[in-house]
Amino acid sequence: MTGEQILFLVISGLTIVTGILVVTLRNLFHAALAMMVSFLGVAGLYILLDAGFLAAAQLLVYIGAISILIIFAVMLTRRMMQAQDTPFNGQAGMGLFTAVITFALISFIITRLWRQPIFATPLDVPSEVMDQIVVQLGADLVSANAYVIPFIVASLLLLAALIGAIYVAWPQEEEAS
Amino acid sequence: MQIDPIQLLQSALDLTLFTFLREAFADQPTALFIINILVVLSLATVPLLMVFVVGWVERKVLARMQDRIGPNRVGGRYGLLQMVADVVKMMTKEVIIPAGADLWAYLPAPVLALMTSVLLFAVLPLAPAVIGVDLNVAVFYVLAISSVSVVAILLAGWGSNNKYALLGAFRAVAQLVSYEVPMILSILVPILLARSMSTVGLVEAQNIPFIVFVPVAALVFFVSSLAETGRSPFDLLEAESEIVAGFHTEYTGMYFGLFMAGEYIAIMFMCALFSTAFLGGYRFFGLEEIVLEGGFYLGNLIGAAALFVKSAVIFFLFMWLRGTLPRFRVDQVLNFNWKFMVPLTLVLLFTVAILDKLIFTWFPDMTDIGRALIHLASNLLIAAITIEVLRRRIQRQRQALAPVVDIEHVPELEQAHAH
Repeated sequence: MTGEQILFLVISGLTIVTGILVVTLRNLFHAALAMMVSFLGVAGLYILLDAGFLAAAQLLVYIGAISILIIFAVMLTRRMMQAQDTPFNGQAGMGLFTAVITFALISFIITRLWRQPIFATPLDVPSEVMDQIVVQLGADLVSANAYVIPFIVASLLLLAALIGAIYVAWPQEEEAS
Repeated sequence: MQIDPIQLLQSALDLTLFTFLREAFADQPTALFIINILVVLSLATVPLLMVFVVGWVERKVLARMQDRIGPNRVGGRYGLLQMVADVVKMMTKEVIIPAGADLWAYLPAPVLALMTSVLLFAVLPLAPAVIGVDLNVAVFYVLAISSVSVVAILLAGWGSNNKYALLGAFRAVAQLVSYEVPMILSILVPILLARSMSTVGLVEAQNIPFIVFVPVAALVFFVSSLAETGRSPFDLLEAESEIVAGFHTEYTGMYFGLFMAGEYIAIMFMCALFSTAFLGGYRFFGLEEIVLEGGFYLGNLIGAAALFVKSAVIFFLFMWLRGTLPRFRVDQVLNFNWKFMVPLTLVLLFTVAILDKLIFTWFPDMTDIGRALIHLASNLLIAAITIEVLRRRIQRQRQALAPVVDIEHVPELEQAHAH
């Protein structure tokens, strides 16, 4: 077993264990922390796959923004110190159904592709090409022949969300005045 | 495997030790692995040792600015070993963990705070070809890592089970998350000009330092890096008159020391990043390329010294501001960011992007000087407009507070006169 494989096992194990902790811990704040570690593990997996840009994006978006948002929401909405109630609700049946379906789907795909060359041999992509891929992604996002329309639509959506947030948070004016 | 000891010594002196070792052991994966670990160790240790120097310099300079002498007893003259004594003191102090602390948040927080600061140094180019790792998305990496430092502060504030700590953490997060926006936008300007996100690419593109191109962007970046590192006048995360010591109120001994070290390392990195992005980093009139006979890279030493001096000047500005300016209020900090810095930087970014694109379309072979002059002119214009807008706004505010009274036609007086 190479060092990379050992690292992969450690990181993916960490990701899975903390992922399970997220849904089983009774303390909501600890669950949020576990989720953060889980995100970190996913970023580690990206680095192992030589996807440095994706790993940095994972850190910036999921840990720097989403986790902080969730922690803030948890802090502001719950009586944290007393929150010891069970995290489970009555939808275990639905959850089991979804999990089994997803598991079956993924195992089906993996067993079908198992003997294919894409799994048998590691992809040997030189790092220069990988660097070019990020450059290509950047160029495609603003190129008229590629993804500029989805990009602009996404930014419009964000703008609408921003305006909506400001409108919701705006202090209500007195009707009389 | 024979290694020439003289070459080894030479490579150690001109900062290419690890490049030399990598070439020598190129065919042995285990040795390469150990060398990589050594690279990481040295990159992480040097900033930590630098904290001793930086801390002492800051105390000494601040003391001079406040008409004091500063540390002057420990370690013979000038209090040279003051920081060593402080660290020994911190290490021997008892670590007191407050009752009711959330240990899962309380214990990792200082480690995370220090770790995020040290990790930044991986992408700092010290000299040509002397860099931890030359990522092509290095600036993005820096932003990603520094966004994690917010988590450490939040953990510390929450885990301490103390209202002051929690309030301090809320303030800190509000400030850090807000000032990330102008910081990212203003560092996008040199990235646009250099057409590269790698720190090496940024430096290589600066035949003329970018501060000449875009002084306003440099100023915005400087101010937001002050806020990002929680330095005066933005040091209200630890405003002792309001919230004791902010998020690290409940930390004692070396646990507090880790926060302190992390803060200093982040400041050092911000100074170095400013030098890299706006002042040309390790470049010093081409002297950084000198190679002596026998393959001694003297230029590396000159480059590292140039970067050090440039960063030191920026750090002096940090200290100067700390010694001069009073602290902002919370609302002032947030208003200043969202109503002034962000719009200004957005305008700046659009102007630079459009202008640079136009220059490259219409005058593809314009020299760097011409390009610099055009950008400088547009920047100065933006600065002038900004100052004018601010002047009018403040004038209006003052008039609203104390309206100008026309003495000739005061209505009450006229009424009284008519009767």
